[in-house]
Amino acid sequence: MGIQGIDLSLIWGVIIAFGVMMYVIMDGFDLGLGILFPLIPDEQERDVMMNTVAPVWDGNETWLVLGGAALYGAFPLAYSVILEALYLPLIFMLAGLIFRGVAFEFRFKASPQKRHIWDMAFIGGSFLATFCQGVVIGTYIAGIPVVNRQFAGGNLDWLSPFPLFCGVGLVVAYALLGSTWLLVKTEGMLESRMRLFSRYLAFALMAVVTVLCVWTPWLHPEIALRWFAQAHIVVFGALMLLGVLALVGLLKTLRQHHSHWPFVFTLVLVFLGYIGLAFSIWPNIVPPSISLWDAASPPSSQLFILIGTLFILPIILMYTCWSYYVFRGKVRIGDGYH
Amino acid sequence: MLNLQALDLARIQFAFTVSFHIIFPAITIGLASFLAVLEGLWLKTNNAVYKDLYHFWAKIFAVNFGMGVVSGLVMAYEFGTNWSRFSDFAGSITGPLLTYEVLTAFFLEAGFLGVMLFGWNRVGRGLHFFSTVMVAIGTLISTFWILASNSWMQTPQGFSIVDGRVMPLDWFAIVFNPSFPFRLAHMAIAAFVATAFFVGSSAAWHLLRNNDTPAVRKMLSMAMWMALIVAPIQAIVGDAHGLNTLEYQPAKIAAIEGHWENVGDGATPLVLFGIPDMQAEKTRFAIEVPYLGSLILTHSLDKQIPALKSFPKEDRPNSTIIFFSFRIMAGLGMLMILTGLLGFALRRNGALYRNRLFLRLVLFMGPTGLIAMLAGWITTEVGRQPWVVYGLMRTADAASNHSVTQLSISLGLFVLIYFSVFAVGIGYMMKLVRKGPQPHHDHPPQGGPGQERTPRRPLSAVTETLASGDHTN
Repeated sequence: MGIQGIDLSLIWGVIIAFGVMMYVIMDGFDLGLGILFPLIPDEQERDVMMNTVAPVWDGNETWLVLGGAALYGAFPLAYSVILEALYLPLIFMLAGLIFRGVAFEFRFKASPQKRHIWDMAFIGGSFLATFCQGVVIGTYIAGIPVVNRQFAGGNLDWLSPFPLFCGVGLVVAYALLGSTWLLVKTEGMLESRMRLFSRYLAFALMAVVTVLCVWTPWLHPEIALRWFAQAHIVVFGALMLLGVLALVGLLKTLRQHHSHWPFVFTLVLVFLGYIGLAFSIWPNIVPPSISLWDAASPPSSQLFILIGTLFILPIILMYTCWSYYVFRGKVRIGDGYH
Repeated sequence: MLNLQALDLARIQFAFTVSFHIIFPAITIGLASFLAVLEGLWLKTNNAVYKDLYHFWAKIFAVNFGMGVVSGLVMAYEFGTNWSRFSDFAGSITGPLLTYEVLTAFFLEAGFLGVMLFGWNRVGRGLHFFSTVMVAIGTLISTFWILASNSWMQTPQGFSIVDGRVMPLDWFAIVFNPSFPFRLAHMAIAAFVATAFFVGSSAAWHLLRNNDTPAVRKMLSMAMWMALIVAPIQAIVGDAHGLNTLEYQPAKIAAIEGHWENVGDGATPLVLFGIPDMQAEKTRFAIEVPYLGSLILTHSLDKQIPALKSFPKEDRPNSTIIFFSFRIMAGLGMLMILTGLLGFALRRNGALYRNRLFLRLVLFMGPTGLIAMLAGWITTEVGRQPWVVYGLMRTADAASNHSVTQLSISLGLFVLIYFSVFAVGIGYMMKLVRKGPQPHHDHPPQGGPGQERTPRRPLSAVTETLASGDHTN
């Protein structure tokens, strides 16, 4: 479990959780743009929307690859079981990400007559990837049965109401991330429409979260047990309270026409949801039965990759901050992408 | 349990996605080093031709790199989605090696690639050259890790088996396993040669259309020097790799040679052509050259190589496939060496750039480097069968438990996506190639790439539109 008293599995659990959170937050808002695309038919405004994330979107996706590879190296059992259990949703997600990634690049290079094809690919890919990620999260929370270190559930376990609802929920959450991101990055007509959308989306997200807060413990008694246990109810209550406060803050700052605060409050909401998820399954990495330590690769493997990761991760983080800093400020119609 | 059909589909899917993917990194590896050489030569000689070529190939490099990142995303997940038993069994070794490959690639993308593609007017010459060299080294480090992983699966060592799973004991032994140095050298050189023929073919295309500029000539000349010097080196490395395989995976060699049994103490002949029949346990229509098999594989005239029949039926790789894939690889390799020699012979009086027959040959040789590389990978991977980790885990025991329906959906989807999406990408690269090298001015237009507040990602280094049939913009 540990090497010289250091719990490597715990360190790796934190690193991977951090990486996945970086992914959800950062790819969340740029996937959200694709979800909002159908609502904004104007080509110039679509250009602006894309330009707000064009410099950073592929950096956002690197976290997904890094998360996958690190999971493979540090927790091979979790990697093999989760990926096998979620086969089709993950394949569809990858397909969606490929389509929208390539659409991102080639939309700007396409002739005006063909641009709508890449727009479709961008919209479809964004929806598909987001929905599938929600399905993945839903299936994951619902639990992945494992017997003898092998996935023991059905091929279509993910195709049930709870995961599908999570898929819809994530579409709402990413759309809200996207719309509040655009409040930060745009102005004029686009901004005022996003302010309106953000309001609707905030209410929709509130509805989704409420349903999840009732449905999850009702469907999964072991999660209910955890949420409502004496020692945990305080944590759970605090999360709920903070969530309500963040939502109030979001609605209030939307009304007051703040540019940055709605995005910050949305990030807080997503972060709280993420903490809530981690809290619901801790210390399992494959709920309901495989813990971090059960799934860990040998200390020698975890230590081996930790050395490289501790060296390279800070550099990637610094570069990420730098690129967001360089591309700060509002993006206007006609601002040069190409 | 998994039936054979599902296993076949899973293998086809992996082969398809990885074959598509490897094309892009191979060109990335080759072009990165080519660009480093071009920039180095420019700094040394101040000859603008090198600078123009640098900017021309940097664009193609950027598009190619983007394609590699996107197709690589799939690979990082496929080990788990489709080969979960393998990932659980060997993940403590192959997982960390893949993690290092990904970390290296991102480290690259995060830093030096940006400077290399967008920093021409922003940093000093020395720093820019340093970045290009670092990108070139970075691609080779990435190659290092992924080939360490593959080679370990071919010739595993440095581990023990605990609770039915692999437990790493000695990382140095794991990485530097017996087949690793040969495989790494063979693959890196394959990437260089494939890129050289891609570059040479591009030059030939322009020369055949009378676009005869010093830059185009330089491309052809450099490519033909590579063919002359590096293609023969590849043959020598390949020979050494073959001897290493004979030592550690004799069944693979027997299958490559379509060699079923040894007669008495006689030397092993070389089957030049034939059709190995796995059922009948013989090679039909064999045309054999006596002694040559022994000569090539044991470097002697009397030693025998192990024969397929000496291995249990269930441990034999499919000779029908790798007999041919190996011959395609080796045959194309010979053609490449020949092209290099021809180019050298034509060089004396400048006919290299004018002989249309030769230019046509070079044009058609363009994809041969990549085809040979794919044929080589098919040989070594199919030749590893029936094992996924040689001698430790059978491929049939490695697969996830998916239904035929599921696998058909995913395979169909990948075929659709790869052919539609990457066809556009490859078409775009070819469009850039057709445009040809242009004189480069150090003052880019306002607001274009390289300016403040514009994206710094691989594809934004390229400003050409996608529209086809338009060679002028």
